[in-house]
Amino acid sequence: MSSLFEYTLRLGDDSLILGHRLSEWCGHGPVLEEDIAMTNIALDLVGQATSLLNYAGEVEGKERDGDSLAFLRFDREYKNLLLVEQPNGDFAITMVRQFLFDAYRKPLFERMQNSKDTMLASIAEKSLKETRYHLKHSSEWVIRMGDGTEESNRRAQEAVNTLWRYTSELFIIDELESKMADQGISPNLMEIEDDWKKTVDAVFKEATLTIPKNNWKQSGGRNGMHSEHLGYILTELQYMQRAYPNMKW
Amino acid sequence: MNELSIDKLKSRFQEKIDNDIKIEPNDWMPDDYRQTLIRQISQHAHSEIVGMLPEGNWITRAPNLRRKAVLLAKVQDEAGHGLYLYSAAETLGADREETIDDLHTGKAKYSSIFNYPTLTWADMGAIGWLVDGAAIMNQVPLCRCSYGPYARAMVRVCKEESFHQRQGFEIMSTLANGSPEQKAMAQDALNRFWWPALMMFGPNDAESKHTEQSMRWKIKRNTNDELRQQFIDVTVPQAAMIGLTIPDKDMQFNEDTGNYIHGPINWDEFWEVVKGNGPCNKDRIDVRRRAKENGEWVREAANAYAEKRARRKSA
Repeated sequence: MSSLFEYTLRLGDDSLILGHRLSEWCGHGPVLEEDIAMTNIALDLVGQATSLLNYAGEVEGKERDGDSLAFLRFDREYKNLLLVEQPNGDFAITMVRQFLFDAYRKPLFERMQNSKDTMLASIAEKSLKETRYHLKHSSEWVIRMGDGTEESNRRAQEAVNTLWRYTSELFIIDELESKMADQGISPNLMEIEDDWKKTVDAVFKEATLTIPKNNWKQSGGRNGMHSEHLGYILTELQYMQRAYPNMKW
Repeated sequence: MNELSIDKLKSRFQEKIDNDIKIEPNDWMPDDYRQTLIRQISQHAHSEIVGMLPEGNWITRAPNLRRKAVLLAKVQDEAGHGLYLYSAAETLGADREETIDDLHTGKAKYSSIFNYPTLTWADMGAIGWLVDGAAIMNQVPLCRCSYGPYARAMVRVCKEESFHQRQGFEIMSTLANGSPEQKAMAQDALNRFWWPALMMFGPNDAESKHTEQSMRWKIKRNTNDELRQQFIDVTVPQAAMIGLTIPDKDMQFNEDTGNYIHGPINWDEFWEVVKGNGPCNKDRIDVRRRAKENGEWVREAANAYAEKRARRKSA
């Protein structure tokens, strides 16, 4: 399996799975404006997943396109972060999850614009415009919830406590990451982690939220070791393609 | 205000209507006109919002990435329509949250079509093709409605609805030209949605209690039966084009008028669904009510934060 293929899958799967989770909110948002915003972000993420997975298919060269990669792999072949597959929970969980992800995605895409891989560079450039809005939106909500009412502060803090364990996975430099970085294809994750920390610190400070002391970390998604939640996501996501194989829709 | 001047205002109002001059939010208008519009616009807004649910039901199961993106965009459009319709109702003095509460208590109605379940992917095609198709028939004349903000909202809504209708037809046409299972799925969706789609135009003219006054006020430009007929005449050839059968064994083509004459509509079913006894009435309202309840702390947080910020600024 080529490293570039595998790396592009990681990016594509993050977008695909988080887009799926956000789309579950459709029609259930806390206020109509948020229904529109969350659906819009889901749409951006599905669009990114489409570009990335189509490109992954090209790189692989085995006649798989974005659809066959999105819908017809087995659980262990998905390479998304554990963070993005976590259930929506309440609005606090959803927005904190989004914020932690957006704060990582923005510096990633900023630097990836200079990737030696011109296709990834151009996908990054396009996605960055969207991601800036996503981060602005999720930061504002984290601040509103943290510095809103007693209840919203409690819920936001609980969300941070619940999701914090999945954040170190964002910055694990394994063999693949370091190979991609050496080739000038992917940005240096250490730099991205610095940016991420600055954003998180600044937003949490304004939101009066604190980073949990329990520093236990979970990882595995990048290697296809997921939480129990991914299986159910795939059950829905893949339903049509599995039930009616080889058809045009 | 004495009676004479009210009569004068009334006649000036009707004069404007007769001369196709738009009524704007600050213009004088009879109370009945205002109430009729609030009822109609908020029903329309509720229909957009409740209408997100049957289609939202298939977003996570859409069969490919393109269909998923298009469906997300469509449902997002509907939320957007809801938003500017609620705003149009607010220009008449209706409070958005109060109108939404009326929906949740069952006082306010919404289009009955959304009380039918979406059971297969083909229902996404049938809804776009038939439901949005019927909505367009109803809404195009509303672009010329006498109330300015409603008419202007409708111009934008209709542009998007026509895109929705085409994407629905495209789904149906792909299925109808696909495998035997896909074709059967498309026919089954047409069978289930055809009659409820015809009912979207409302009761027969003789039974429609609001039509006459609404037409005099130019809120409504065509009767229910006229619009239903237009819809049928456009849709029947489209079904034939993709090889699907309209589930109406009594349908006849009238060569003199060029109209397709439909068989009897089951109005008992229509009134049952209007009363709240359709397959999904309870589910739809429960979901909307729960969304509002679960979102209460979020809205409170946003308000509390906005107040804090305003205080800090002024301090």
